Amino acid sequence: MNNTISPEKTSWMLVSPLAFILGLFLVLPILIIIMVSFWDYNEYNFFPAFISENYDYLLTSKVTLDTYLKTFKFMILVWFFCTFIGFTVAYFLAFHVRTLPMQIALFLLCTIPFWTSNIIRMISWIPFLGRNGIANSTLISAGIIDQPLEWLLFSDFAVVLAFVHLFSLFMVVPVFNTMMRIDKSLIEAARDAGASGFQILTNVIIPLSKPGIMIGSIFVVTLVMGDFITVRFMSGGQSTSVGRVISNEIGLLQYPAAAASAVVLLITVLIMITIMMRFVDIRKEL
Amino acid sequence: MTKENNKVTVSRRSVLKGAAATTGAALGAGALGGFPTIWAQNIKNVTLRQFGTGVSNLNDVATKVKEDLGFTLKMTALDSDSVAQRAATQPKSFDIADIEYWICKKVWGAGNLQAMDTSKIKNYDKIAGTFRSGKLTPESEIAQGTAPHTVGFVEGPGSKKFADNESGWMTLIPTIYNADTLGIRPDLIKRPITSWTELLNPEFKGKASILDIPSIGIMDAAMVVEAMGEITYGDKGNMTKEEIDKTIAIFIEAKKAGQFRAFWKTFDESINLMASGEVVIQSMWSPAITAVRSKGIPCVYQPLKEGYRSWGGGLGLSANLSGLELEAAYEYINWYLSGWVGGYLMRQGYYSAVPETSKKFMTEDEWGYWFEGKAAKGEIKTPTGKVLEKAGAVRDGGSFYERMGAVACWNSVMDENKHMVRKWNELIAA
Repeated sequence: MNNTISPEKTSWMLVSPLAFILGLFLVLPILIIIMVSFWDYNEYNFFPAFISENYDYLLTSKVTLDTYLKTFKFMILVWFFCTFIGFTVAYFLAFHVRTLPMQIALFLLCTIPFWTSNIIRMISWIPFLGRNGIANSTLISAGIIDQPLEWLLFSDFAVVLAFVHLFSLFMVVPVFNTMMRIDKSLIEAARDAGASGFQILTNVIIPLSKPGIMIGSIFVVTLVMGDFITVRFMSGGQSTSVGRVISNEIGLLQYPAAAASAVVLLITVLIMITIMMRFVDIRKEL
Repeated sequence: MTKENNKVTVSRRSVLKGAAATTGAALGAGALGGFPTIWAQNIKNVTLRQFGTGVSNLNDVATKVKEDLGFTLKMTALDSDSVAQRAATQPKSFDIADIEYWICKKVWGAGNLQAMDTSKIKNYDKIAGTFRSGKLTPESEIAQGTAPHTVGFVEGPGSKKFADNESGWMTLIPTIYNADTLGIRPDLIKRPITSWTELLNPEFKGKASILDIPSIGIMDAAMVVEAMGEITYGDKGNMTKEEIDKTIAIFIEAKKAGQFRAFWKTFDESINLMASGEVVIQSMWSPAITAVRSKGIPCVYQPLKEGYRSWGGGLGLSANLSGLELEAAYEYINWYLSGWVGGYLMRQGYYSAVPETSKKFMTEDEWGYWFEGKAAKGEIKTPTGKVLEKAGAVRDGGSFYERMGAVACWNSVMDENKHMVRKWNELIAA
């Protein structure tokens, strides 16, 4: 009965299954991607080598710069709209809806569109926004415009619209979650101390919702940075994003080039998340 | 019965093993004559997995195979890039590759396909000259690009080197091919279109489209640029870096000026762009035109004075095929060339590699309309029975010889492929 395991050993043993899974399914694949990014390739094959050509081209090409600028533009716009919409919806649910069952019911209502696939929700915009689509024909028959609006579909506008539609819920959920934890008496106290509604919002609710906003932002930012299909479909193949470049490279069997692009994207996203984490210590706030 | 069908794939390996063992035993016992019987019994259990672009991966073909040959054919349709990718990197995922000749040039070296013995192909002698000597008729000139005969043969089984003659070992058994040009909406353009230059005509600003498959898109772009008189290419199918740069620069300029409505990547996208009126002039493939027309929307596959950009596809056998499955694959290929599929595809606007066998599976009127370029005597219907044309209609571009004789270049892979793809990415990012 004396052979008890030391607490230190127990910790190691408890942590090892997770470490094993993460090592096998996360760290190892990333290491392989890094390795392949230094390999060479031809039309149909890639083979071990140690060349920096993939990175040389990637880091000096104007296409990379343009692509990243475009991706950042999408990311910032989508983040802005998602945060605005997500915060507003969560605020309404948390502070204006009185009863808990009603809050849950309305919250579930928000998730209904998510019962269908991402792609379907995205593609259904195409007939709606097209030159002869519902939006244009409605506007024309209402006499608001005489010519169909060309920029509705196959444009950056369409891309951002689809992204916001797809990703807003990722902001609503964490923000709603943190808002529900805000002690209502803090708001009463603020009101007693003479704060206006706007002051309560900026001085109490926003600071206390920060962790939720930050978690939502991480979702939205990483999803937009990694997307390729929304950009392709909604821009009619005319706009580009980092993910699309990678997907094209894979399509053309240029795996080492795709791996190099993926490594650069990974580093970029990690830097962005590190910066975001600087603003809010999520672990402390949760 | 249904249960058994579901199990086919799972049990197939074991059935084959059993078959192999039985065959081995039979052979060992010197009972060579027993082989065909065993084979005839077991072939029903064979499943061949075929993949390719949407153009010929048709479920009707799989159904007919089951009916005529007894074995199961599983079809997977992918876009051209994915097809090349799978042929090069996932040899175990397919038995039959339905690929284009330029893809063959690209992936043959990966060693995932095996050359076919032409002596086992019954209709080999009837295959169109384009795929054997390269000449459609003895007088024809060979067009630029990856002409199918240049990558159609290898020096022997297992060889990775393409042969320059009919060596008896074929890489792909040609199945379908066509001459591509621009598709237009005559009802929205309302004037005759005669040249590739019209794709970049500012008149169609915001209403043009080109396909986003670099190897094919660059050829359409080259046809346009050459027609504009900007560049005279040495070989459109194998451009120099300067030629690529200049071609792409012209297209980037047009894109920035808002010429294009969209770039399409899959066949279905091109149909939707045209049918919805988002685009009035674009790169297009023949059955896409047929699909638009069968919706009752006017769409013309416009012959242009500079000629056609052509392509050809064929069936290649996986290097993994052997024994019973390989026999079944040869059986399938012989069946493919025997006419039913050819007739089906020709009624969609393609050409069969063995046109004469298809004739038996088409009515005289259909043959006249699709192949000979004659005016239709009655209604022309799609293979699925939708009415396509009324009596009196004539096929865009005329007869087989007029169309295939006017090929300016073939889809191809260039020596400067890597550079070309990078420049193409610049066009997309611009």
